[in-house]
Amino acid sequence: MKNIMTVVAQSRIADKIHEMVLEGDITKNMKTPGQFVHVRINDTTEHVLRRPISIADIDQENSRFTIVYRAEGEGTRKLSKLGPGDSLDILSPLGRGYPVEQNSHVLIVGGGIGVPPLYELSKQLNREGVKTTHVLGFNSKKDVFYEEKFGALGGTHIATADGSYGTEGYVTDVIRTLDADFDCFYACGPKVMLKVLSETMDLDGYISLEERMGCGFGVCYACVCETAEGDWIKLCTEGPVFRKGEIVL
Amino acid sequence: MNSEALKISLPGLELKNPVMPASGCFSFGEEFSKLYDLSELGAIMVKAATHEPRIGNRTPRVAETSSGMLNAIGLQNPGVDHILEHELKFLEQYDVPIIANVAGSEIDDYAIVADKISKAPNVKAIELNISCPNVKEGGIQFGTDPETARRLTARVKEVSDVPVYVKLSPNVTSIVDMALSVGDIADGLTMINTLVGMRLDGNGQPILSNVTGGLSGPAIKPVSLNMIYQVRQHLPHIPIIGMGGIATADDILDYISVGADAVAVGTMNFTDPMICPALIETLDERLDEMGVGHLHDLKGRAYK
Ligand SMILES: Cc1cc2nc3c(=O)[nH]c(=O)nc-3n(C[C@H](O)[C@H](O)[C@H](O)COP(=O)(O)OP(=O)(O)OC[C@H]3O[C@@H](n4cnc5c(N)ncnc54)[C@H](O)[C@@H]3O)c2cc1C
Ligand SMILES: Cc1cc2nc3c(=O)[nH]c(=O)nc-3n(C[C@H](O)[C@H](O)[C@H](O)COP(=O)(O)O)c2cc1C
Ligand code: FES
Repeated sequence: MKNIMTVVAQSRIADKIHEMVLEGDITKNMKTPGQFVHVRINDTTEHVLRRPISIADIDQENSRFTIVYRAEGEGTRKLSKLGPGDSLDILSPLGRGYPVEQNSHVLIVGGGIGVPPLYELSKQLNREGVKTTHVLGFNSKKDVFYEEKFGALGGTHIATADGSYGTEGYVTDVIRTLDADFDCFYACGPKVMLKVLSETMDLDGYISLEERMGCGFGVCYACVCETAEGDWIKLCTEGPVFRKGEIVL
Repeated sequence: MNSEALKISLPGLELKNPVMPASGCFSFGEEFSKLYDLSELGAIMVKAATHEPRIGNRTPRVAETSSGMLNAIGLQNPGVDHILEHELKFLEQYDVPIIANVAGSEIDDYAIVADKISKAPNVKAIELNISCPNVKEGGIQFGTDPETARRLTARVKEVSDVPVYVKLSPNVTSIVDMALSVGDIADGLTMINTLVGMRLDGNGQPILSNVTGGLSGPAIKPVSLNMIYQVRQHLPHIPIIGMGGIATADDILDYISVGADAVAVGTMNFTDPMICPALIETLDERLDEMGVGHLHDLKGRAYK
């Protein structure tokens, strides 16, 4: 679970958004899209909590995987300073990801920094012959990333809240205009987006949630969420992906 | 690792080494058992058990601070009966003494839990949690009022089949008064629990849903060292298990130097899940390097 990976490349791909490629043996255990890694910022005791970041792309052949993150807080800003050859201590792969089910056409909806795990998901679905349509929402044009990468996998529509790029508004404004029959939806993004999708989409779906974490592997009980039955379960081990309706949003 | 230099004998506890995970930072061991052999540990302080199951506080329950963290988990646990049947049963396959952390909101609650849990075959001691800052109706007032703490300890001693260690809260005016109030009844002390703190986000709002939380991690080590140093001077013989921010073998030596008998590692288990076995190994090497025959040869050297 604990592994030291080597940074192969790091670049800024949108405003404050960084893409980091890491290499190491543990990649062979990464299979399910939607799982995450828990990153130690450095080996001092300055930052005692790791940072959970989704796996965005898995390249088994080269033992590499990619994370995409927003350098906003203290820890992620430090991560953004790393370069090729630096090493990174990660726990991985953690959590339960998205089930890659046989369907004919699915809708993939991402919001902001929730977009990354959906890329590996869409890749795997396409590999299984599932048609994917992507709707990605961002605040503004400067925040948009991965449009072309998703475009190569299926129809890709962008919404920006300020209208500076793509459709003005939210992902739901785009979804309303789509003329297609979907078997289910997969989503990751802000809680409000997941809530609106869960409530308005007449479809089965899978959503990925976020919570502040202590350990990332089920021991501290920091990351609980409430199920529809009123149980409090750990998001880091039972999630972060849940079936629509399973969790109280 | 069975080095003679690390073996320690305390009431109820024959420790292969002085390193054990602290309560609440190890759950009931199952997750860690996938990472290393739990029999390597000196002991395991399991997560708090209460009479009834507890849901705990709303999230966010943790926040990072400089060299530390705040937690307001709120003692979420499945209740003592479930813990006896499942969690403690699971741990029976390992050759490691269990220290059961007992919490409650009334004296009777504590007594029920202590009575039941002390009868589990692998539970070798109780750690009386009178110091959790995160539950409104319990814990903290037992840990801040010497007279109540004394009554509670006496009651739990009556019903418990195993030695009782009292976990002291640092959130008091005089840690020495607290230690003295329970010192002649308890079999030992564990110190310290977390310090009450808070953290705000960029908009001036508290991050934790509970507003305040318990501060732990390397940031609190100086506070803990001082408290043990103070208590040791008044109670020269009481067993003390020291904790607060342990991250390295030298941190352990510091705790032993102020008079602790053994140590527990909390928060750093999150930062590095392999830390306990790593510390046991480096501690042994460190003593070897220093030419020290037994860890306790360094005990109390801070006073000399
Ligand atoms: C399962 C999961 C997957 C995630 N995947 C991604 C991803 O692919 N890309 C990405 O940019 N972000 C992702 N996040 C959010 C990311 O973890 C936080 O943005 C990040 O931890 C913030 O760290 P910081 O050092 O910038 O912030 P700081 O404010 O310096 O962090 C302080 C503490 O707060 C925690 N924290 C702060 N914001 C969040 C948040 N939004 N969610 C959870 N914890 C937080 C940190 O982990 C840390 O413990 C994910 C979160 C989860 C739970
Ligand atoms: C997430 C978390 C949960 C905790 N839960 C408990 C608990 O259930 N019972 C208890 O007595 N102490 C609990 N503690 C306190 C620790 O056992 C320990 O006393 C404290 O964290 C100081 O040690 P550290 O700095 O090494 O973490 C908890 C601490 C943390 C960080
Ligand atoms: S983060 Fe510790 S239990 Fe989920």
